[in-house]
Amino acid sequence: MYRFVLRRLLSGVLLLFVITTVAYLLLYAGGGDIARRIVGPTASEAQVALKAHELGLDRPLVLQYWSWLTHAVTGDLGRSWFNGQLVSTGVSTRMSVTISLVLGATIISAVVSVVIAVWAAVRRGWVDRVVQFVGVLGFAIPGFLIALGLVSLFALNLKWFKATGYIPITTSFAGWASTVTLPIIALSIGAIAAVVQQVRGSLIDALRQDYVRTLRARGLSFNRVVYKHVLRNAGGPALAVLAVQFIGLLGGAVIVEQIFALPGLGQITVAATGQGDIPVVMGVVVATAALVVTVNLIIDLAQGWLNPKVRLS
Amino acid sequence: MIDTPTALPTPAAKVPLFRRLLAHPTGAASLLVLFLVALASVLAPLLASHDPNTADLQSVLAKAGSEHLLGADSAGRDVFSRLLFAGQFSLAGALVALAVAVLLGVTGGLVAGYYGGWFDSVSSWLTGLLMALPGMVVLLAARAVLGPSMWLSMMIFGILLSPAFFRLVYASVTAVHNELYVDAARVSGLSDVRIIGRHILTVVRAPVIIQSAMVLGIAIAIQAGLEFLGLGDMNIPTWGSMLNEGFINLYKSPTLVLWPALVIGAVCVALTLLANAMRDELERSRGPAKRRKRASSAAADEAEATAKRGDAAVIHPEETTGSAGGILLEVIGLGVGYDQADGSTSHVVNHVNLRVRRGEVHGLVGESGSGKTQTAFSILRLLPQGGRVTGGSIIFDDEDLAQLSEKEMTKVRGKRIAYIPQEPMSNLDAAFTIGSQLMEPMRVCLGISKAEARERALALLAKVGIPNPERTFNAYPHEISGGMAQRVLIAGAVSCQPDLLIADEPTTALDVTVQAEVLNLLRELQDELQMGVILVTHNFGVVADLCDSVTVMQTGRVVETGPVRAIFNNAGHPYTRQLLDAILEDTAPRGALKNSPLNTGTPNTLSGVTL
Repeated sequence: MYRFVLRRLLSGVLLLFVITTVAYLLLYAGGGDIARRIVGPTASEAQVALKAHELGLDRPLVLQYWSWLTHAVTGDLGRSWFNGQLVSTGVSTRMSVTISLVLGATIISAVVSVVIAVWAAVRRGWVDRVVQFVGVLGFAIPGFLIALGLVSLFALNLKWFKATGYIPITTSFAGWASTVTLPIIALSIGAIAAVVQQVRGSLIDALRQDYVRTLRARGLSFNRVVYKHVLRNAGGPALAVLAVQFIGLLGGAVIVEQIFALPGLGQITVAATGQGDIPVVMGVVVATAALVVTVNLIIDLAQGWLNPKVRLS
Repeated sequence: MIDTPTALPTPAAKVPLFRRLLAHPTGAASLLVLFLVALASVLAPLLASHDPNTADLQSVLAKAGSEHLLGADSAGRDVFSRLLFAGQFSLAGALVALAVAVLLGVTGGLVAGYYGGWFDSVSSWLTGLLMALPGMVVLLAARAVLGPSMWLSMMIFGILLSPAFFRLVYASVTAVHNELYVDAARVSGLSDVRIIGRHILTVVRAPVIIQSAMVLGIAIAIQAGLEFLGLGDMNIPTWGSMLNEGFINLYKSPTLVLWPALVIGAVCVALTLLANAMRDELERSRGPAKRRKRASSAAADEAEATAKRGDAAVIHPEETTGSAGGILLEVIGLGVGYDQADGSTSHVVNHVNLRVRRGEVHGLVGESGSGKTQTAFSILRLLPQGGRVTGGSIIFDDEDLAQLSEKEMTKVRGKRIAYIPQEPMSNLDAAFTIGSQLMEPMRVCLGISKAEARERALALLAKVGIPNPERTFNAYPHEISGGMAQRVLIAGAVSCQPDLLIADEPTTALDVTVQAEVLNLLRELQDELQMGVILVTHNFGVVADLCDSVTVMQTGRVVETGPVRAIFNNAGHPYTRQLLDAILEDTAPRGALKNSPLNTGTPNTLSGVTL
């Protein structure tokens, strides 16, 4: 078991390293004349050269990368080119908003999907057909259209929730809930649709397994067999889909944060992208990659817990 | 980032897919929507009433009317005309992404799957890398460096989407690669290019088309998302930039956001529904799946007809002596049927009578498809989905099991009627240890503590002849042998000391040497616990070894029943005699013996010649 965890951890770190390296080289090599963009078109050549030197942009790319990397491992991701703020502070303060959105959506999708999928797989018939059809719609409609629909219906017309703004959970739980409910719902619908499809399929497969009959023949009720045994066996593929969905949710959060004006990673990314603030963009890439690697690691460990055979291979 | 269904090769459809889609309700509707949107975009210069980019201060945020069909936006541009022209750019952008994704994914998948080697490892690793980052974040990062070009963004997105095709093609190619006909093509000297073109592309074509529809939908959505954020090229009209413009003016003119949202939604839904419709159609053409059931139901119907004609079963009188006690189980006129899709019921068991006394081992004999397992499952009330008891009663200890509620039946199972399955490995849950699978039902049925259940489970494992109970207790099913697994299942079945044990071919899946040991174990346990046993088998050798009485079944009905001695000495039904003859051959009489000219009389002639 320790070797399993260690191996997954190492491959996670390697993935993080490769992603950030490739991202750094692409971002910094393709940037064009950054110093000129920062100091403005009216500045003299000398001013541009001075700025480039100040930012270390006049060094060879490999050296720039090495100095970035050695700082990054200590948690120092440099400063924004435009407002001089520390990238690490900017990213980490906004990360909590995005994490609360994405984790909330992941947990809600997991729970709701399991309930719906069990319902569809056990009942079959018309329940199953309705679930399948609604699932296709939920999967097909882009999440930000759903978010737009929710904003205009619940926030603008019915005024049940605030349309925009964010209240930290540490300030007020109720306030936090009222600001994140709609965004989380908007994010969850597509994920639920995808996870339900997968869980339903693997549940139907698992329900056909011989051990289901044998366990029931030993006096366990159908529900007990479904919730304890069948669900656990169907859990592996479901977790794999959930991991894929989590990555999609991170992307979706960028747009949803914009619609609901939430001060998350998405907002800082959009702003930095518009300006061409490469250190901040790089910081966001690092944070996102780290988040994805961490979640994948957790999912891998959960897979190992669910399925004893995974631990061996 | 996106979901990749690993569709395996589907045989090419005989009727062209396109024509069959027109007959598929959602498929046809989706095609119509997509066709109309594409047509309107292509014909935009003819249909549009205004130039899409001309600002007109007179009609800023104009309401819908005769001048502006769907109103005008905050710069006074005509919404309807912009919608039409935006279709050109949005669709073209999505097509660029699709083209890049197909080109990279399909070639990569073909080369990696067909040749393997270092290219395989590198590209598989790269796809994993591409799928590990959210597409939106990558696109934003690219935008920061490359500027707001939609075409560049869509090319990059195409690269990000290529794993969807890579994994699909890779899986199909590796599956086909070692097929005999591909080997044959290689041996006959066809070049790799010809083989890939002729044999492999035909296999992956259909799944790639389906995936394309999905990918196109995703590309349209992400492109709209990017422009909605205000990061697109503001000089060209797209649905996404119209959405952005509408969202900014959401309070002033809510309908501005509605039109592009409707179009994007309709196109995305149509593409997904189209992909699903194509998958439906391809799966439908994948050949016959239910032929076997049909055949057996036809045989059962025929059997029912003969039963009605009065071709009654041979019934031997019960022996009055012997240790057998009172009646434990009496099955009277049992019928089992499966509901068919067309509303009819196919009958697999008809008018079966069966009597088991306390402490008696009753053999239920017949070939595959004779209905013996279905009879056993209906006593447990655990018929597979779609199956149900269509008639008769199952009297167990003065209670009709056929009438019990599911809740009452749960109390009977395990504690009073237990079951030993045929295939040991698939009947253990691979996710739990042997010990927990033994303890859980005991705790539920007997209401005992965890410690007591553990003690009992270890004792049971020792009793069924497992050499190191402690180790097996902690093992997972994949860590023990088939023979051991069957002993575990037997231990589980007797763990609550049932009155009736149903063993469904308990030795068929085991090695010959283990078979005898397991039968001995069953006999010992039966002696000790004095259970009634229904032993489902096709093997008269096992019957002779263990049973007190026998019921022979053929095509869903009972043909002969009586004490084991009477059956062996004086079999009345020709089918019983055939089964008995088969033991002389020492082969399992599986398959249709009944009307096969090869089988009738062969054992006798054979032994006549050799002996």
